[in-house]
Amino acid sequence: MMRVVKTIKIDVDKCNGCRSCEVICSAFHAADKYGTTNPARARIRVIREPLLDIFVPVFAGDFAPAECAGRNQYIIDGKVHDECAFCRASCPSRDVFKEPDSGLPLKCDMCEDDPPLDEPLCVKWCENDALIYEQREEEAEEAAELEEMEIGLESLVGKHGLQPVIDAIARMSTK
Amino acid sequence: MRYAETGINLEIDLSRGGIERVETDPRDTELYLGGLGTNAKILWDRVPPEVEAFSPDNLLIFSAGLLCGTPAIGCNRTIVTTISPQTLLMAFSMMGGFWAPELKYAGYDKVILRGKSPDLVYLWIHNDKVEIRDAAHLKGKGAIETAELIRQELNEPKAQVSAIGLAGENRVYFASIEQGRSSASRGGIGAVMGDKGVKAIAVRGTGDINIARPAEFIGLCDEVMDYIKFRKENPIPGVIPILSVLGSPQEMAIHDERWHTENFTWGNARTRRKGFWTEEVEKEWTETLDNARTRMISCYNCPLQCGATISMPGFPTYMMKCFSKLTYTMAAMSNLNFGLRIAQRATEYGVDAYSAPQVMAFALELYEAGILTDDDLPGLPDGNEERFFWLLDRIVRREGIGDVLANGTYWAAKAIGKGADAYAHNTIKKHEQLPLKLGMLNPVYFLMYSTGEKINITQIQGQFPQAPFPEREHREAFVKDWFQVPDDRFKQYFLDWEPRGDFSNPYYPTVEMCCDIVEWHEQMHYIDDALGMCTGLSSFHLKAPYHVHNFPKFISAGAGLDTDEAKLKQAAKRYRTLVRAINVGRGMRRKDEKPPEDHWKHRFPELEKELLDAYYRFKGWNDEGIPTTESLHELGLDYVSEEFIRRGILNGREAAPSREALVEQASQ
Repeated sequence: MMRVVKTIKIDVDKCNGCRSCEVICSAFHAADKYGTTNPARARIRVIREPLLDIFVPVFAGDFAPAECAGRNQYIIDGKVHDECAFCRASCPSRDVFKEPDSGLPLKCDMCEDDPPLDEPLCVKWCENDALIYEQREEEAEEAAELEEMEIGLESLVGKHGLQPVIDAIARMSTK
Repeated sequence: MRYAETGINLEIDLSRGGIERVETDPRDTELYLGGLGTNAKILWDRVPPEVEAFSPDNLLIFSAGLLCGTPAIGCNRTIVTTISPQTLLMAFSMMGGFWAPELKYAGYDKVILRGKSPDLVYLWIHNDKVEIRDAAHLKGKGAIETAELIRQELNEPKAQVSAIGLAGENRVYFASIEQGRSSASRGGIGAVMGDKGVKAIAVRGTGDINIARPAEFIGLCDEVMDYIKFRKENPIPGVIPILSVLGSPQEMAIHDERWHTENFTWGNARTRRKGFWTEEVEKEWTETLDNARTRMISCYNCPLQCGATISMPGFPTYMMKCFSKLTYTMAAMSNLNFGLRIAQRATEYGVDAYSAPQVMAFALELYEAGILTDDDLPGLPDGNEERFFWLLDRIVRREGIGDVLANGTYWAAKAIGKGADAYAHNTIKKHEQLPLKLGMLNPVYFLMYSTGEKINITQIQGQFPQAPFPEREHREAFVKDWFQVPDDRFKQYFLDWEPRGDFSNPYYPTVEMCCDIVEWHEQMHYIDDALGMCTGLSSFHLKAPYHVHNFPKFISAGAGLDTDEAKLKQAAKRYRTLVRAINVGRGMRRKDEKPPEDHWKHRFPELEKELLDAYYRFKGWNDEGIPTTESLHELGLDYVSEEFIRRGILNGREAAPSREALVEQASQ
């Protein structure tokens, strides 16, 4: 089976640090489309340290219900970056990619819209081509379609771990 | 619900440590828009003419423009307004960068500082949490250094910081406020910040800014973006590089400096160096810039890259913009390598890059003339470049002669005496101007120089070309897609304008046309300054993406104001007049409205008088440049005329002559 893979390639050498990507992302995803602007709600953010020549756009990946087993930290050109600085996940270890009010996770949807957009809006608004949209087809293994109940169980496992769920079901079955 | 603006100003009483959130009147937004417009209203209401720059009663207002924080591309400017210690008039310098949008997201349109803090402090504004914090440990630190230290101690890498350096702390009359890659430099507003005991204002905001009609507004933004792309692919042919493309003059990008180095004057605004720009110089300067420049950078939400990070060997990295690239170089008769090095120190000290180099060149000219002696300059180094570094260090510390020079050329000449005022030859309204000394009087520029209250020519020139194009064919091609003009008659003015002959400067454009063109330029700048729009996408440029026709739509869809071109022009006229009223109250009169004597070699006193007379009438001002009772009434500014009558500035009986009377007068 073929599936469509969408990516935003990031050419950090071309980023001018203007944060237009944050602006348009937050506006598009406002509850009333374009009705508010607030970069803190954006699903992309620019790590910007002009004097150290660090300009790195990072767009939000999947929600991670739990922290990683180990943190990652980068030192580039002598600059010690924050722990997990370049990670795309919204996770419990930090307040990045979370709605400022509710704390709910934010995830890039490649600007899902009806009718579909030609490219995500952050890419469109990046006049200096630091963000480059790519869409390609990839061979994918046919995944067995999950039943509705399985989807529910999977999320419970994701949240609590497999063993507690098995234990809970075992407890329930003895009642 | 308020749109585009937050509707809240933050009032800080530094003397008492008071912090107050004050809801603003939406009617003021209708009348004065925001940014400069509402700043002027506040200054008129609360800072009477008796209040001096360094009085605790003077206000220092940091305002975001009306559309800052919306997706309007390039709309990111902070308008700082106060009374200038140097000009003694209203100062309204502004800066791009990232500060104004952050203030909006924190929930405020303006921060209004009053009183004086007994100790050096900084403000930390984080959404609803606002603190006045001790800054004793930041005393004497550089402006950029301060911003980094504050971000670190707050552990807020995303906080935006406006800060002063040593020059502001020591109340140097041309001290700037630095922020990111930008600065609000003119008029000595950094000195007022230092006088108030405020080292910096740090802001972080995570709230929403509302748009009145979202789909329409984003459509307008898309149009602007498309036009920016079009202009990138289609630079205007036949004009110098910085005028052919958009953006704050692309000084960080371009290498060809023939025009500036051969047409602007060197030293203390004295020497023109025709033939300076040789292949050898070009090669050397290109190498210098290429080696120094790490990256081209931008302000908030703007694709243009008008700034750059600059690293010179032995100096910390800093961010440079625009023409500060050449001002130190040319004042010192040196090279770009020197200019980029001293600009680093000057940026940390926080001084205006127009005034500071001129003040130093002025001092060295006085030394050569024997007016300043070795007794005045003990320890002055022998080398030229060393002398500039030496003088800069003394000025920002107000040490010895530096204490005198720190007040700018006008006041320094007065203090020094012995004929020094002949050397302070390049000021308007006591403020240093660009080092331009030209041949033939340009009537449009004569009016802009004379009557501009930003007191800085680069902030006034605009969308009408600076000089005629030699070939009519070229002019015809230029006007073809020139939709930015307020009216088609401007195309005709330009088509007929010739470099030589009957239709050339100084008698063409005619007096009436000059008034028309200057009005257009000025209006665009005043609109930008209320909205927070960068002049580099608007008023400064030929064929800009923002113009008189789309601004009303942006304001209406963004802020929800019921406006159109006529109403917008009326609002701009209203607060422009209010700026004049503030300055008239402070004693500004016709005698103050003149370019430096030596600005042009060929002067035309009769024509100049006629230009000024006509322009004053055109604006509804009397012969002294004071708005008349009648024109104030038309703008709903009766409160100004009442005050002027009370103070004896107006007698209440004068009326602005009608258009018909003007035509009649012109034909006589």
